[in-house]
Amino acid sequence: MIVWVSNVSILLLFTAILAATYRLVVGPTVADRAVALDAIMVHILALIVVFAIRESTPDYLDAAMVIAILSFLSTVAIGKFMKKGVIIDRSAD
Amino acid sequence: MIEALTSLFLLIGVFFSVVGTLGLLRMPDVYNRIHALSKASSLGVVSILIASSIHFLTHSSAFSMKELAILVFLYLSNPVGAHAILRASYLVGVPLSERTVGDALKHEKSTHHE
Repeated sequence: MIVWVSNVSILLLFTAILAATYRLVVGPTVADRAVALDAIMVHILALIVVFAIRESTPDYLDAAMVIAILSFLSTVAIGKFMKKGVIIDRSAD
Repeated sequence: MIEALTSLFLLIGVFFSVVGTLGLLRMPDVYNRIHALSKASSLGVVSILIASSIHFLTHSSAFSMKELAILVFLYLSNPVGAHAILRASYLVGVPLSERTVGDALKHEKSTHHE
């Protein structure tokens, strides 16, 4: 049963990733594209976790952890880039 | 029994993720979009991670803390990332939807020097 449920979950998560890709291509502003990229990262994380459940091996969770960290850092970096034009600034704020 | 519980959490998580992405597609401007997406997909991913935790608690020989670490990190980092994007887009001047009722930060924005 768990394999069947995992297959359905993977299918639905792929649909969600496709929808977020639509927003990434169409999205009128840069912020929309950043939000869409964040959504794609989070859904890929969910996809990896579901795949780990389906295959019953916890090794894939390392990749999920790395993707969680990368998703947060890239979102914050895009936000800082949108606000100031630079990502790392050493001026006192 | 355990398998049914895992499947239930998995389906709840996938449901919330898909609903959040539906909000990303349907909402009128970026503020509404991230408002719909960030909370719903946080709950979805956390539910999927709980399902994974239950599954590996019963199927794996060693108890692993990885799911819990990812869960805590996502629960802390997802709202912070959403806030960073939203603050940046408001300060840059991404337009609000024409159906917006009020903008409480309008005066602060005009006197903002950054």
